[in-house]
Amino acid sequence: MATGTRLPSGVRNGRGRDVLGTVLRTALPLVAVAAALLVGAVMLAVLGADPVRAYGALFEGAFGSTSGITQTLVKATPLLLVGLGICIAFRASVINIGAEGQIILGAVFATWFALAFRTWPGWLLIPSTIVIGFVAGAFWGFVPGILKARMGVNEILTTVMMNAIALQFMNYMIRGPLIDPAGVTAGQYLAQSEKLPEQVWLARLIPQTLLHAGIFVALALAIVTYVFLWRTTIGYRIRAVGLNPDASRYAGIRVPRYQALSLTLAGGLAGVAGAIEVIGVQHRLLDGVTSGYGFSGIVTALFGGLHPLGTIPASFIFGGLLVGADKMQREVQVPSSLIQAILGLIVLFVVASQYWARRRSNRTNDAPTTPAAAALGAGDGQA
Amino acid sequence: MNEAVLATVVAVLAASLRLATPYLYASLGEMFAQRSGVLNLGVDGIMLVGAFVAFYGTLTTGSVWVGVAGAMVAGLAMGLLMSVVSVTLKAEQGISGIGLSLFGLGLSSLLFKVLVGTVKTVDGFRPIRLPLLGDIPYLGEIFFTQSPPVYVAFLLVPISWYVLERTPWGLTVRAVGQNPAAADTLGVNVTLTRYVCVCLGAVFAGLAGASLSIASVNLFQENLTAGAGYIAVALVYFGGWRPVGILMGALLFGTVTAIQLRMQVLGIAIPSDFAVMLPYVLTIVVLTFSANRARQPAALNQPFERGGA
Repeated sequence: MATGTRLPSGVRNGRGRDVLGTVLRTALPLVAVAAALLVGAVMLAVLGADPVRAYGALFEGAFGSTSGITQTLVKATPLLLVGLGICIAFRASVINIGAEGQIILGAVFATWFALAFRTWPGWLLIPSTIVIGFVAGAFWGFVPGILKARMGVNEILTTVMMNAIALQFMNYMIRGPLIDPAGVTAGQYLAQSEKLPEQVWLARLIPQTLLHAGIFVALALAIVTYVFLWRTTIGYRIRAVGLNPDASRYAGIRVPRYQALSLTLAGGLAGVAGAIEVIGVQHRLLDGVTSGYGFSGIVTALFGGLHPLGTIPASFIFGGLLVGADKMQREVQVPSSLIQAILGLIVLFVVASQYWARRRSNRTNDAPTTPAAAALGAGDGQA
Repeated sequence: MNEAVLATVVAVLAASLRLATPYLYASLGEMFAQRSGVLNLGVDGIMLVGAFVAFYGTLTTGSVWVGVAGAMVAGLAMGLLMSVVSVTLKAEQGISGIGLSLFGLGLSSLLFKVLVGTVKTVDGFRPIRLPLLGDIPYLGEIFFTQSPPVYVAFLLVPISWYVLERTPWGLTVRAVGQNPAAADTLGVNVTLTRYVCVCLGAVFAGLAGASLSIASVNLFQENLTAGAGYIAVALVYFGGWRPVGILMGALLFGTVTAIQLRMQVLGIAIPSDFAVMLPYVLTIVVLTFSANRARQPAALNQPFERGGA
């Protein structure tokens, strides 16, 4: 494909010109979170709980102690990885709902690989296990990607279906081929895999905590994703496809190909999250390995403005919310489901608030629509 | 021996109608939303809230009808929320739907834990054997010994078809989903039509939840639907946006689930995980190869902007 494809001015990355617009873009997600927390507080009050105490316990639990912060970082790691994938997919106007399944595929194949090649030394086994996780997740993203590209199948539906398929696949694997043989001989058919060989475990950064080296992998990949999306031709085309598929097509970009690619990469990053959960946290494959990260990762990426670097602080905040929710449940007996409801509201409020950002950019006629708004608003009618 | 096999077949078929019911409600409702151009991916969350409210209403008042009414009101409220975000504020529908689903999942779990706490069963709808029809050998047991929500769901298939294809309002809905700009020029209120369709769909989704919690399993637990709402959305595509197609899809899913449950009861050792996968795989295959896609409403998933694209 010809390099130096000329794109309409609408696809420029115009930063720093419309100051008020920039402020608005940054502030809207914060306002959305504040509004969601406010609604949560009202729900708590209606249910007869003290919102101040509940949120106090939440904040204290997430950020108030070393142990809290380490747990927050442990949860931030998969959120960041999934969120990075969501950034790539949503930037291409591809709605990836399939991160749950992609995490599972990554986790299952990472487990299988680490067990099958248990004689390998750690310096070789760790990176190859992570790569296997990436490949497995990428495959799970590639299938809906290619179906969308070649057959025009709506990726929202296929990714949802593939989540269910992945879940059953994992159920089969941890009760069948990957079941812990020690447990079987002991007569307890626990649905979990054998413990992984110790040399594949990621180093614990602080003793007596779960904080592991996976956070560095996630941070490094955040920078790689940023460079990829903003400093390479392929990344540029992915964003162009999302901003304006018609203009991109006229400019000679093969839109379906880049949409499939973005979904594949998104799946790969979610797969890495799955692999790292297995070798960093549990050291074996267990039921519920995704912990819903596939969905909370969407919230994280949206909050981060669908920007890889913005997703870093976002993952810390939402990791904290998840950790704090557990603490809140234990200490003031407010169910952690409250946080799930709040996460849902944050998604609703963030996508709704794009309305004002879009209106503003239309009014000022400053060529680039907000990247997030455009990525979200440039819906794919052909589904 | 033969008698036993026959009895099993009858029981499985009867169960498959019951298990198809939640899908029918949810998918028929979603069909209205999609025919008007709105993809409501929040069905699962609406179903969960509807299921909880129906359960709680029945538990506290002892009346299933209070439960049903509650589920409908809860569905309406969720539908309004979705409409404001997706129609008025023109948010990307796939994402706002995920938000609504997460919200419904969290809210229903929260309410359940705070208001109920432990798993309890309720006295739900009972099967009613229809006079005469119920006495037909085998068929009577399969088709005419069901609970009222099942009968209503199947009646809704022809009713939905009639409303959509044979009434002026149905024509309006289809016009808004095909070409909102043209409809707008002719004086149709696009926004209002979409609000009504999304809310109607949400009320149906609330009923779908109720048909689970007070007409099928007669209890509520966290994430009771286990993703059934997403399948309901896919069934609309699967069924080519037509009530009859949706009926087929719902029956297929109902039957597969019924066979599975039966196999578990009988302890047949086929890796049931693969059996559970089948309908999902099949859905992807159908979505890929069916010519139904041509029937997709042209303006599906596109917010309407007057004078815009």
